[in-house]
Amino acid sequence: MTSEEKRTTILKYNSQPFNKQTINDGSYIKINSNNESCIDNINLYIKIENDIIKDFYFDGEACAITISATSIMIKSLLGKSIKEVLEFIASYENMINKLPYNKELLGEAECYDEIYKQPSRKRCALLPYIGLKKAIKEYQESLI
Amino acid sequence: MNREDFLILKSGLIYFDNAATALKPKEVIAKMDEYYHNYPSNIKRGDYDLSYQATEEYEHTRNLVKELINADVIKEIVFTSGATDSLNIIADGYFKNKLNQNDEVLITKSEHASNVLPWFRLIKTNGIKVKYIPLDENYEVTLENVKKRVTANTKVISLAQITNVVGDIRPLKEIINYAHSLGILVIVDAAQSIAHKKVNVKELDADFLVFSAHKMGGPTGIGVLYGKERLLKEIEPINLGGGMNESFTTDGTYILKDIPTRLEAGTPNIAGVIGLGKTIEYLNKLDINKIDAYITDLKKYLVSKLEVIPHINIINKTSLSSVLAFNVEGIFSQDVAFYLNKHHICVRAGNHCAKMLKEEIKIANTVRISLSFYNTKTEIDKFIDLIKDKSRIEKEMI
Repeated sequence: MTSEEKRTTILKYNSQPFNKQTINDGSYIKINSNNESCIDNINLYIKIENDIIKDFYFDGEACAITISATSIMIKSLLGKSIKEVLEFIASYENMINKLPYNKELLGEAECYDEIYKQPSRKRCALLPYIGLKKAIKEYQESLI
Repeated sequence: MNREDFLILKSGLIYFDNAATALKPKEVIAKMDEYYHNYPSNIKRGDYDLSYQATEEYEHTRNLVKELINADVIKEIVFTSGATDSLNIIADGYFKNKLNQNDEVLITKSEHASNVLPWFRLIKTNGIKVKYIPLDENYEVTLENVKKRVTANTKVISLAQITNVVGDIRPLKEIINYAHSLGILVIVDAAQSIAHKKVNVKELDADFLVFSAHKMGGPTGIGVLYGKERLLKEIEPINLGGGMNESFTTDGTYILKDIPTRLEAGTPNIAGVIGLGKTIEYLNKLDINKIDAYITDLKKYLVSKLEVIPHINIINKTSLSSVLAFNVEGIFSQDVAFYLNKHHICVRAGNHCAKMLKEEIKIANTVRISLSFYNTKTEIDKFIDLIKDKSRIEKEMI
Protein backbone atom coordinates (compact mmCIF):
# COMPACT_ATOMS: atom_id res chain seq x y z
CA MET A 1 0.00 0.00 0.00
CA THR A 2 1.30 3.46 -0.82
CA SER A 3 0.90 6.26 1.72
CA GLU A 4 -1.85 7.75 -0.41
CA GLU A 5 -3.70 4.41 -0.57
CA LYS A 6 -3.45 4.08 3.20
CA ARG A 7 -4.84 7.57 3.71
CA THR A 8 -7.65 6.96 1.22
CA THR A 9 -8.60 3.70 2.94
CA ILE A 10 -8.70 5.29 6.40
CA LEU A 11 -10.71 8.28 5.23
CA LYS A 12 -13.13 6.08 3.27
CA TYR A 13 -13.97 3.95 6.32
CA ASN A 14 -14.20 7.05 8.50
CA SER A 15 -16.74 8.76 6.28
CA GLN A 16 -18.56 5.51 5.38
CA PRO A 17 -18.18 3.25 8.40
CA PHE A 18 -18.92 -0.47 7.96
CA ASN A 19 -21.76 -1.95 10.05
CA LYS A 20 -22.08 1.13 12.30
CA GLN A 21 -25.42 0.52 13.94
CA THR A 22 -26.77 0.17 17.46
CA ILE A 23 -28.05 -3.36 18.19
CA ASN A 24 -30.62 -4.05 20.90
CA ASP A 25 -30.63 -7.82 20.88
CA GLY A 26 -29.67 -9.93 23.90
CA SER A 27 -28.12 -12.63 21.70
CA TYR A 28 -25.23 -10.25 20.88
CA ILE A 29 -22.32 -9.72 23.26
CA LYS A 30 -22.11 -5.99 23.94
CA ILE A 31 -18.70 -4.58 24.86
CA ASN A 32 -17.75 -0.96 25.50
CA SER A 33 -14.22 0.02 24.65
CA ASN A 34 -12.93 3.45 25.54
CA ASN A 35 -9.60 5.13 25.51
CA GLU A 36 -8.34 6.26 28.90
CA SER A 37 -6.06 8.92 27.48
CA CYS A 38 -8.53 10.40 25.01
CA ILE A 39 -12.20 10.44 24.16
CA ASP A 40 -12.75 7.53 21.78
CA ASN A 41 -15.73 5.58 22.97
CA ILE A 42 -17.23 2.67 21.02
CA ASN A 43 -19.60 -0.22 21.64
CA LEU A 44 -19.14 -3.53 19.85
CA TYR A 45 -22.10 -5.89 19.24
CA ILE A 46 -20.95 -9.40 18.38
CA LYS A 47 -22.87 -12.61 17.77
CA ILE A 48 -20.65 -15.69 18.08
CA GLU A 49 -22.07 -19.14 17.41
CA ASN A 50 -20.09 -22.39 17.34
CA ASP A 51 -16.83 -20.43 17.47
CA ILE A 52 -17.76 -18.41 14.37
CA ILE A 53 -18.43 -14.65 14.28
CA LYS A 54 -21.88 -14.67 12.75
CA ASP A 55 -22.70 -10.99 13.05
CA PHE A 56 -20.75 -7.90 14.10
CA TYR A 57 -21.69 -4.20 14.49
CA PHE A 58 -20.46 -1.13 16.35
CA ASP A 59 -21.56 2.35 17.34
CA GLY A 60 -20.11 5.28 19.29
CA GLU A 61 -18.09 8.47 18.94
CA ALA A 62 -14.44 8.29 18.08
CA CYS A 63 -11.65 9.68 15.94
CA ALA A 64 -11.01 8.80 12.30
CA ILE A 65 -8.42 6.17 13.22
CA THR A 66 -10.71 4.32 15.65
CA ILE A 67 -13.80 4.55 13.43
CA SER A 68 -11.92 3.26 10.37
CA ALA A 69 -9.99 0.60 12.32
CA THR A 70 -13.24 -0.72 13.80
CA SER A 71 -14.90 -0.80 10.39
CA ILE A 72 -12.00 -2.67 8.81
CA MET A 73 -11.82 -5.07 11.76
CA ILE A 74 -15.50 -5.95 11.44
CA LYS A 75 -15.37 -6.31 7.67
CA SER A 76 -12.24 -8.49 7.88
CA LEU A 77 -13.44 -10.80 10.66
CA LEU A 78 -17.12 -11.40 9.90
CA GLY A 79 -17.61 -15.12 9.33
CA LYS A 80 -14.18 -16.04 10.68
CA SER A 81 -13.54 -18.64 13.39
CA ILE A 82 -12.22 -17.66 16.82
CA LYS A 83 -8.90 -19.27 15.93
CA GLU A 84 -8.60 -17.19 12.76
CA VAL A 85 -9.66 -14.06 14.63
CA LEU A 86 -6.98 -14.56 17.29
CA GLU A 87 -4.32 -15.06 14.61
CA PHE A 88 -5.47 -11.88 12.89
CA ILE A 89 -5.38 -9.90 16.15
CA ALA A 90 -1.87 -11.16 17.00
CA SER A 91 -0.60 -10.15 13.58
CA TYR A 92 -2.32 -6.76 13.75
CA GLU A 93 -0.90 -6.01 17.20
CA ASN A 94 2.56 -6.93 15.98
CA MET A 95 2.20 -4.53 13.05
CA ILE A 96 1.08 -1.69 15.33
CA ASN A 97 4.08 -2.35 17.57
CA LYS A 98 6.49 -2.53 14.62
CA LEU A 99 7.17 -6.27 15.00
CA PRO A 100 7.18 -8.92 12.21
CA TYR A 101 3.63 -9.75 11.05
CA ASN A 102 1.66 -11.59 8.36
CA LYS A 103 0.87 -9.01 5.65
CA GLU A 104 -1.43 -11.25 3.63
CA LEU A 105 -3.57 -12.01 6.63
CA LEU A 106 -4.27 -8.35 7.39
CA GLY A 107 -5.43 -7.12 3.98
CA GLU A 108 -6.85 -3.60 4.25
CA ALA A 109 -5.92 -3.42 7.95
CA GLU A 110 -2.36 -2.97 6.79
CA CYS A 111 -3.15 0.70 6.25
CA TYR A 112 -2.10 1.30 9.88
CA ASP A 113 1.42 -0.07 9.43
CA GLU A 114 2.97 3.36 9.98
CA ILE A 115 0.88 4.35 12.98
CA TYR A 116 3.83 3.61 15.28
CA LYS A 117 5.21 6.94 14.07
CA GLN A 118 2.40 8.64 16.01
CA PRO A 119 2.54 7.00 19.45
CA SER A 120 -0.52 8.86 20.72
CA ARG A 121 -2.62 7.27 17.96
CA LYS A 122 -1.54 3.67 18.52
CA ARG A 123 -4.22 3.24 21.14
CA CYS A 124 -6.82 4.57 18.71
CA ALA A 125 -5.90 1.82 16.23
CA LEU A 126 -5.85 -0.85 18.95
CA LEU A 127 -9.07 0.19 20.71
CA PRO A 128 -11.53 -1.99 18.72
CA TYR A 129 -9.27 -5.03 19.17
CA ILE A 130 -9.14 -4.51 22.94
CA GLY A 131 -12.94 -4.70 22.87
CA LEU A 132 -12.98 -7.73 20.57
CA LYS A 133 -10.61 -9.66 22.84
CA LYS A 134 -12.89 -8.91 25.81
CA ALA A 135 -15.87 -10.18 23.82
CA ILE A 136 -14.08 -13.42 22.87
CA LYS A 137 -13.12 -13.97 26.50
CA GLU A 138 -16.72 -13.43 27.54
CA TYR A 139 -17.89 -15.93 24.87
CA GLN A 140 -15.32 -18.55 25.92
CA GLU A 141 -16.23 -18.16 29.60
CA SER A 142 -19.91 -18.61 28.73
CA LEU A 143 -19.07 -22.06 27.35
CA ILE A 144 -17.46 -23.31 30.54
CA MET B 1 3.33 39.75 26.94
CA ASN B 2 6.59 38.49 28.48
CA ARG B 3 7.11 35.63 26.02
CA GLU B 4 10.83 35.63 26.76
CA ASP B 5 10.09 34.20 30.22
CA PHE B 6 8.94 30.90 28.69
CA LEU B 7 11.79 28.95 27.13
CA ILE B 8 9.51 26.45 25.38
CA LEU B 9 7.96 29.22 23.25
CA LYS B 10 11.32 29.73 21.54
CA SER B 11 10.68 26.46 19.67
CA GLY B 12 7.74 28.06 17.85
CA LEU B 13 5.23 26.01 19.81
CA ILE B 14 1.77 27.55 20.11
CA TYR B 15 0.29 26.66 23.45
CA PHE B 16 -3.50 27.06 23.58
CA ASP B 17 -4.28 24.69 26.48
CA ASN B 18 -3.89 27.05 29.40
CA ALA B 19 -7.13 25.98 31.07
CA ALA B 20 -5.57 22.53 31.54
CA THR B 21 -2.28 23.91 32.83
CA ALA B 22 -0.28 27.07 32.18
CA LEU B 23 3.36 27.32 31.12
CA LYS B 24 5.84 28.04 33.89
CA PRO B 25 7.97 31.19 33.74
CA LYS B 26 11.68 30.53 34.20
CA GLU B 27 11.91 32.55 37.42
CA VAL B 28 9.35 30.25 39.07
CA ILE B 29 11.40 27.20 38.07
CA ALA B 30 14.57 28.93 39.26
CA LYS B 31 12.98 29.68 42.63
CA MET B 32 12.18 26.02 43.20
CA ASP B 33 15.71 25.10 42.13
CA GLU B 34 16.96 27.62 44.68
CA TYR B 35 15.07 25.78 47.42
CA TYR B 36 16.38 22.37 46.39
CA HIS B 37 19.95 23.62 46.01
CA ASN B 38 20.32 26.11 48.84
CA TYR B 39 17.95 25.36 51.72
CA PRO B 40 16.42 21.92 51.01
CA SER B 41 15.30 21.23 54.56
CA ASN B 42 12.00 20.53 56.23
CA ILE B 43 9.96 23.39 57.66
CA LYS B 44 9.20 24.12 61.31
CA ARG B 45 11.37 21.23 62.49
CA GLY B 46 15.03 22.13 62.82
CA ASP B 47 16.87 24.67 64.93
CA TYR B 48 19.20 25.56 62.12
CA ASP B 49 19.37 28.28 59.51
CA LEU B 50 18.33 26.16 56.54
CA SER B 51 15.07 25.11 58.13
CA TYR B 52 14.45 28.65 59.28
CA GLN B 53 14.89 29.94 55.73
CA ALA B 54 12.64 27.24 54.23
CA THR B 55 9.97 28.05 56.84
CA GLU B 56 10.24 31.78 56.12
CA GLU B 57 9.81 31.22 52.38
CA TYR B 58 6.92 28.82 52.97
CA GLU B 59 5.05 31.25 55.21
CA HIS B 60 5.92 34.15 52.91
CA THR B 61 3.82 32.40 50.25
CA ARG B 62 0.92 32.13 52.68
CA ASN B 63 1.04 35.87 53.12
CA LEU B 64 1.23 36.40 49.36
CA VAL B 65 -1.87 34.24 48.89
CA LYS B 66 -3.69 36.16 51.61
CA GLU B 67 -2.88 39.44 49.84
CA LEU B 68 -3.72 37.99 46.40
CA ILE B 69 -7.26 37.00 47.36
CA ASN B 70 -7.70 39.66 50.05
CA ALA B 71 -8.34 37.27 52.93
CA ASP B 72 -8.69 38.67 56.45
CA VAL B 73 -5.91 36.70 58.15
CA ILE B 74 -3.17 34.32 57.03
CA LYS B 75 -4.64 31.43 59.04
CA GLU B 76 -7.46 31.32 56.50
CA ILE B 77 -5.00 30.06 53.88
CA VAL B 78 -4.38 26.29 53.77
CA PHE B 79 -2.00 24.62 51.33
CA THR B 80 -3.34 21.50 49.63
CA SER B 81 -2.31 19.45 46.61
CA GLY B 82 -4.66 21.40 44.33
CA ALA B 83 -8.21 22.60 43.79
CA THR B 84 -9.45 18.99 43.68
CA ASP B 85 -7.90 18.23 47.05
CA SER B 86 -9.35 21.45 48.47
CA LEU B 87 -12.88 20.64 47.28
CA ASN B 88 -12.64 17.13 48.70
CA ILE B 89 -11.48 18.50 52.07
CA ILE B 90 -14.44 20.91 52.10
CA ALA B 91 -16.95 18.19 51.22
CA ASP B 92 -15.50 15.42 53.41
CA GLY B 93 -13.96 17.42 56.24
CA TYR B 94 -16.71 19.98 56.71
CA PHE B 95 -20.01 19.20 55.02
CA LYS B 96 -19.97 15.47 55.71
CA ASN B 97 -20.29 16.39 59.38
CA LYS B 98 -22.90 19.09 58.77
CA LEU B 99 -25.33 17.87 56.13
CA ASN B 100 -28.25 15.58 56.82
CA GLN B 101 -30.74 13.48 54.89
CA ASN B 102 -32.48 15.54 52.17
CA ASP B 103 -30.26 18.61 52.59
CA GLU B 104 -29.61 20.03 49.14
CA VAL B 105 -26.42 21.07 47.39
CA LEU B 106 -26.77 23.21 44.25
CA ILE B 107 -24.28 22.95 41.41
CA THR B 108 -24.61 23.12 37.59
CA LYS B 109 -24.10 20.60 34.82
CA SER B 110 -21.08 22.54 33.59
CA GLU B 111 -19.06 22.04 36.78
CA HIS B 112 -15.75 20.23 36.64
CA ALA B 113 -15.70 16.65 37.97
CA SER B 114 -13.92 17.84 41.12
CA ASN B 115 -16.93 19.99 42.03
CA VAL B 116 -19.38 17.17 41.30
CA LEU B 117 -18.06 13.83 42.55
CA PRO B 118 -17.27 14.89 46.16
CA TRP B 119 -20.96 15.88 46.44
CA PHE B 120 -22.13 12.65 44.80
CA ARG B 121 -20.28 10.78 47.53
CA LEU B 122 -22.29 12.68 50.16
CA ILE B 123 -25.45 11.41 48.47
CA LYS B 124 -24.28 7.95 49.47
CA THR B 125 -22.91 8.73 52.93
CA ASN B 126 -25.32 11.43 54.14
CA GLY B 127 -28.40 11.03 51.96
CA ILE B 128 -28.11 14.57 50.61
CA LYS B 129 -29.58 15.67 47.29
CA VAL B 130 -27.56 17.28 44.50
CA LYS B 131 -29.62 19.62 42.35
CA TYR B 132 -28.70 21.56 39.24
CA ILE B 133 -29.16 25.27 38.61
CA PRO B 134 -30.63 25.58 35.08
CA LEU B 135 -28.34 27.20 32.51
CA ASP B 136 -29.68 29.93 30.23
CA GLU B 137 -29.61 29.88 26.40
CA ASN B 138 -25.87 30.71 26.47
CA TYR B 139 -25.24 27.92 29.04
CA GLU B 140 -24.63 30.55 31.71
CA VAL B 141 -25.84 30.94 35.32
CA THR B 142 -28.16 33.78 36.34
CA LEU B 143 -29.31 34.81 39.80
CA GLU B 144 -32.92 34.25 38.67
CA ASN B 145 -32.14 30.62 37.83
CA VAL B 146 -30.41 30.14 41.19
CA LYS B 147 -33.56 31.43 42.90
CA LYS B 148 -35.64 28.91 40.94
CA ARG B 149 -33.75 25.98 42.43
CA VAL B 150 -33.28 27.16 46.01
CA THR B 151 -35.61 25.49 48.50
CA ALA B 152 -35.89 25.44 52.29
CA ASN B 153 -33.52 22.45 52.20
CA THR B 154 -30.73 24.16 50.23
CA LYS B 155 -27.62 24.32 52.42
CA VAL B 156 -24.78 24.76 49.93
CA ILE B 157 -24.17 26.34 46.52
CA SER B 158 -20.88 25.29 44.94
CA LEU B 159 -19.87 26.98 41.69
CA ALA B 160 -16.87 27.67 39.52
CA GLN B 161 -16.19 31.38 39.19
CA ILE B 162 -15.39 30.71 35.52
CA THR B 163 -16.16 27.31 33.99
CA ASN B 164 -13.61 25.39 31.99
CA VAL B 165 -15.67 24.63 28.86
CA VAL B 166 -18.31 27.37 28.51
CA GLY B 167 -15.99 29.90 30.14
CA ASP B 168 -18.87 31.90 31.56
CA ILE B 169 -18.09 34.33 34.36
CA ARG B 170 -20.66 33.76 37.09
CA PRO B 171 -22.38 36.66 38.92
CA LEU B 172 -21.06 35.30 42.20
CA LYS B 173 -21.35 38.43 44.27
CA GLU B 174 -25.10 38.60 43.69
CA ILE B 175 -25.52 34.86 44.16
CA ILE B 176 -23.55 34.84 47.42
CA ASN B 177 -25.44 37.86 48.72
CA TYR B 178 -28.73 36.11 48.01
CA ALA B 179 -27.51 32.78 49.43
CA HIS B 180 -26.33 34.37 52.66
CA SER B 181 -29.69 36.06 53.15
CA LEU B 182 -31.08 32.52 53.42
CA GLY B 183 -28.22 31.06 55.48
CA ILE B 184 -26.78 29.08 52.54
CA LEU B 185 -23.00 28.64 52.35
CA VAL B 186 -21.22 29.21 49.04
CA ILE B 187 -18.06 27.53 47.75
CA VAL B 188 -16.15 29.16 44.90
CA ASP B 189 -13.96 27.10 42.56
CA ALA B 190 -11.50 29.72 41.31
CA ALA B 191 -9.29 27.28 39.36
CA GLN B 192 -10.05 28.96 36.02
CA SER B 193 -10.34 32.54 37.24
CA ILE B 194 -7.33 32.99 39.51
CA ALA B 195 -4.78 33.49 36.70
CA HIS B 196 -6.85 35.98 34.71
CA LYS B 197 -9.13 37.92 37.05
CA LYS B 198 -8.80 39.73 40.33
CA VAL B 199 -10.25 37.34 42.91
CA ASN B 200 -11.38 39.00 46.12
CA VAL B 201 -12.84 36.74 48.81
CA LYS B 202 -13.90 39.64 51.00
CA GLU B 203 -15.73 41.46 48.25
CA LEU B 204 -17.39 38.21 47.17
CA ASP B 205 -17.95 37.19 50.80
CA ALA B 206 -17.10 33.62 49.73
CA ASP B 207 -17.31 31.03 52.50
CA PHE B 208 -14.74 28.75 50.88
CA LEU B 209 -12.62 29.33 47.77
CA VAL B 210 -10.16 26.98 46.08
CA PHE B 211 -7.57 27.08 43.31
CA SER B 212 -4.47 25.31 41.94
CA ALA B 213 -1.04 26.83 41.43
CA HIS B 214 -0.33 25.12 38.11
CA LYS B 215 -3.10 26.93 36.24
CA MET B 216 -1.43 30.23 37.24
CA GLY B 217 1.99 29.22 35.91
CA GLY B 218 3.09 27.65 39.17
CA PRO B 219 4.11 24.07 39.92
CA THR B 220 1.80 21.07 39.80
CA GLY B 221 0.74 19.36 43.02
CA ILE B 222 0.07 22.50 45.02
CA GLY B 223 -3.13 24.42 45.64
CA VAL B 224 -5.02 26.54 48.11
CA LEU B 225 -8.03 26.10 50.32
CA TYR B 226 -9.38 29.40 51.61
CA GLY B 227 -12.11 29.35 54.23
CA LYS B 228 -13.54 31.86 56.64
CA GLU B 229 -11.76 31.32 59.94
CA ARG B 230 -14.78 30.05 61.86
CA LEU B 231 -15.55 27.53 59.09
CA LEU B 232 -11.99 26.27 58.69
CA LYS B 233 -11.83 25.66 62.43
CA GLU B 234 -14.73 23.25 62.09
CA ILE B 235 -13.11 21.12 59.40
CA GLU B 236 -12.24 17.66 60.66
CA PRO B 237 -8.77 17.01 59.20
CA ILE B 238 -8.78 14.20 56.61
CA ASN B 239 -5.11 13.47 57.38
CA LEU B 240 -3.61 13.17 60.84
CA GLY B 241 0.13 13.01 61.45
CA GLY B 242 3.28 15.00 61.90
CA GLY B 243 3.38 18.76 62.13
CA MET B 244 -0.31 19.23 62.82
CA ASN B 245 -0.59 17.83 66.37
CA GLU B 246 0.10 19.58 69.67
CA SER B 247 0.46 16.38 71.68
CA PHE B 248 -0.64 12.75 71.91
CA THR B 249 -0.36 10.15 74.64
CA THR B 250 -0.53 6.37 75.04
CA ASP B 251 -4.17 6.41 76.11
CA GLY B 252 -5.15 7.54 72.63
CA THR B 253 -5.84 11.17 73.37
CA TYR B 254 -4.42 13.81 71.11
CA ILE B 255 -4.61 17.56 70.74
CA LEU B 256 -4.34 19.26 67.37
CA LYS B 257 -2.73 22.57 66.50
CA ASP B 258 -4.72 25.56 65.31
CA ILE B 259 -5.59 26.20 61.67
CA PRO B 260 -4.03 26.30 59.13
CA THR B 261 -1.31 23.91 60.43
CA ARG B 262 -3.93 21.44 61.61
CA LEU B 263 -4.97 20.92 58.00
CA GLU B 264 -1.44 20.41 56.64
CA ALA B 265 -0.37 17.04 58.06
CA GLY B 266 2.99 15.59 57.10
CA THR B 267 5.86 17.20 55.25
CA PRO B 268 4.13 19.41 52.70
CA ASN B 269 5.11 20.19 49.11
CA ILE B 270 7.61 22.83 50.25
CA ALA B 271 9.14 23.50 46.84
CA GLY B 272 5.64 23.73 45.42
CA VAL B 273 4.55 26.29 47.99
CA ILE B 274 7.70 28.35 47.42
CA GLY B 275 7.11 28.09 43.66
CA LEU B 276 3.54 29.29 44.14
CA GLY B 277 4.88 32.30 46.03
CA LYS B 278 7.16 33.23 43.17
CA THR B 279 4.27 32.72 40.72
CA ILE B 280 2.15 35.22 42.63
CA GLU B 281 5.02 37.71 42.71
CA TYR B 282 5.47 37.22 38.98
CA LEU B 283 1.76 37.79 38.23
CA ASN B 284 1.69 40.81 40.55
CA LYS B 285 4.60 42.28 38.58
CA LEU B 286 2.66 41.81 35.34
CA ASP B 287 -0.50 43.23 36.95
CA ILE B 288 -3.59 41.03 36.90
CA ASN B 289 -5.75 43.83 35.46
CA LYS B 290 -3.40 44.22 32.49
CA ILE B 291 -3.39 40.44 31.99
CA ASP B 292 -7.19 40.44 32.09
CA ALA B 293 -7.46 43.27 29.55
CA TYR B 294 -4.88 41.67 27.24
CA ILE B 295 -6.58 38.26 27.24
CA THR B 296 -10.04 39.77 26.80
CA ASP B 297 -8.80 41.63 23.70
CA LEU B 298 -7.11 38.47 22.38
CA LYS B 299 -10.26 36.42 22.89
CA LYS B 300 -12.39 38.97 21.01
CA TYR B 301 -9.90 38.83 18.15
CA LEU B 302 -10.04 35.02 18.11
CA VAL B 303 -13.86 34.98 18.07
CA SER B 304 -14.01 37.62 15.31
CA LYS B 305 -11.72 35.55 13.09
CA LEU B 306 -13.31 32.21 13.89
CA GLU B 307 -17.00 33.11 13.68
CA VAL B 308 -16.81 34.03 9.99
CA ILE B 309 -15.58 30.55 8.98
CA PRO B 310 -18.65 28.65 7.74
CA HIS B 311 -17.59 25.16 8.91
CA ILE B 312 -16.86 26.31 12.49
CA ASN B 313 -19.49 26.03 15.20
CA ILE B 314 -18.58 28.07 18.29
CA ILE B 315 -20.26 26.76 21.44
CA ASN B 316 -19.72 29.75 23.74
CA LYS B 317 -19.58 32.85 21.57
CA THR B 318 -20.83 35.17 24.31
CA SER B 319 -18.41 34.10 27.02
CA LEU B 320 -15.98 36.83 28.11
CA SER B 321 -13.29 34.58 29.58
CA SER B 322 -10.17 33.09 28.00
CA VAL B 323 -11.91 29.84 27.03
CA LEU B 324 -13.38 29.10 23.61
CA ALA B 325 -15.02 25.79 22.66
CA PHE B 326 -15.85 24.89 19.06
CA ASN B 327 -16.23 22.10 16.55
CA VAL B 328 -15.34 21.75 12.90
CA GLU B 329 -18.46 20.54 11.12
CA GLY B 330 -18.26 16.84 10.34
CA ILE B 331 -14.86 16.27 11.92
CA PHE B 332 -14.36 14.63 15.31
CA SER B 333 -12.77 17.03 17.81
CA GLN B 334 -9.84 14.74 18.49
CA ASP B 335 -8.95 14.60 14.80
CA VAL B 336 -8.88 18.42 14.77
CA ALA B 337 -6.55 18.38 17.78
CA PHE B 338 -4.24 15.85 16.09
CA TYR B 339 -4.17 17.98 12.95
CA LEU B 340 -3.24 21.10 14.92
CA ASN B 341 -0.63 19.11 16.85
CA LYS B 342 1.08 18.30 13.55
CA HIS B 343 1.51 22.05 13.20
CA HIS B 344 2.80 22.44 16.77
CA ILE B 345 -0.40 23.90 18.17
CA CYS B 346 -1.59 22.43 21.48
CA VAL B 347 -5.37 22.40 22.00
CA ARG B 348 -7.58 20.13 24.04
CA ALA B 349 -10.27 17.87 22.59
CA GLY B 350 -12.91 16.09 24.60
CA ASN B 351 -15.41 16.72 27.33
CA HIS B 352 -12.86 18.55 29.51
CA CYS B 353 -13.94 16.77 32.73
CA ALA B 354 -17.43 18.34 32.48
CA LYS B 355 -19.21 15.14 31.52
CA MET B 356 -22.72 16.31 32.42
CA LEU B 357 -22.51 19.36 30.16
CA LYS B 358 -23.38 17.28 27.10
CA GLU B 359 -26.95 17.12 28.40
CA GLU B 360 -27.11 20.90 28.00
CA ILE B 361 -25.13 21.61 24.84
CA LYS B 362 -26.15 18.32 23.16
CA ILE B 363 -22.55 17.81 22.08
CA ALA B 364 -20.30 15.43 24.01
CA ASN B 365 -16.94 16.60 22.74
CA THR B 366 -15.45 19.89 21.61
CA VAL B 367 -12.12 21.45 20.70
CA ARG B 368 -11.09 23.94 23.36
CA ILE B 369 -8.74 26.86 23.08
CA SER B 370 -7.77 28.61 26.31
CA LEU B 371 -5.57 31.67 26.10
CA SER B 372 -2.93 33.20 28.31
CA PHE B 373 -0.97 36.45 28.36
CA TYR B 374 1.91 34.93 26.37
CA ASN B 375 -0.34 34.10 23.42
CA THR B 376 -0.41 36.58 20.53
CA LYS B 377 -2.54 37.67 17.58
CA THR B 378 0.17 36.27 15.30
CA GLU B 379 -0.37 32.83 16.87
CA ILE B 380 -4.12 33.20 16.39
CA ASP B 381 -3.59 34.14 12.73
CA LYS B 382 -1.52 30.99 12.20
CA PHE B 383 -4.24 28.90 13.85
CA ILE B 384 -6.96 30.55 11.73
CA ASP B 385 -5.02 29.86 8.53
CA LEU B 386 -4.90 26.17 9.46
CA ILE B 387 -8.50 25.82 10.61
CA LYS B 388 -10.18 27.69 7.75
CA ASP B 389 -9.00 25.10 5.21
CA LYS B 390 -11.34 22.16 5.81
CA SER B 391 -10.01 20.01 2.99
CA ARG B 392 -6.54 20.37 4.47
CA ILE B 393 -7.80 19.24 7.88
CA GLU B 394 -9.42 16.19 6.29
CA LYS B 395 -6.23 15.42 4.43
CA GLU B 396 -3.80 15.90 7.29
CA MET B 397 -5.82 14.79 10.34
CA ILE B 398 -4.59 11.19 10.13
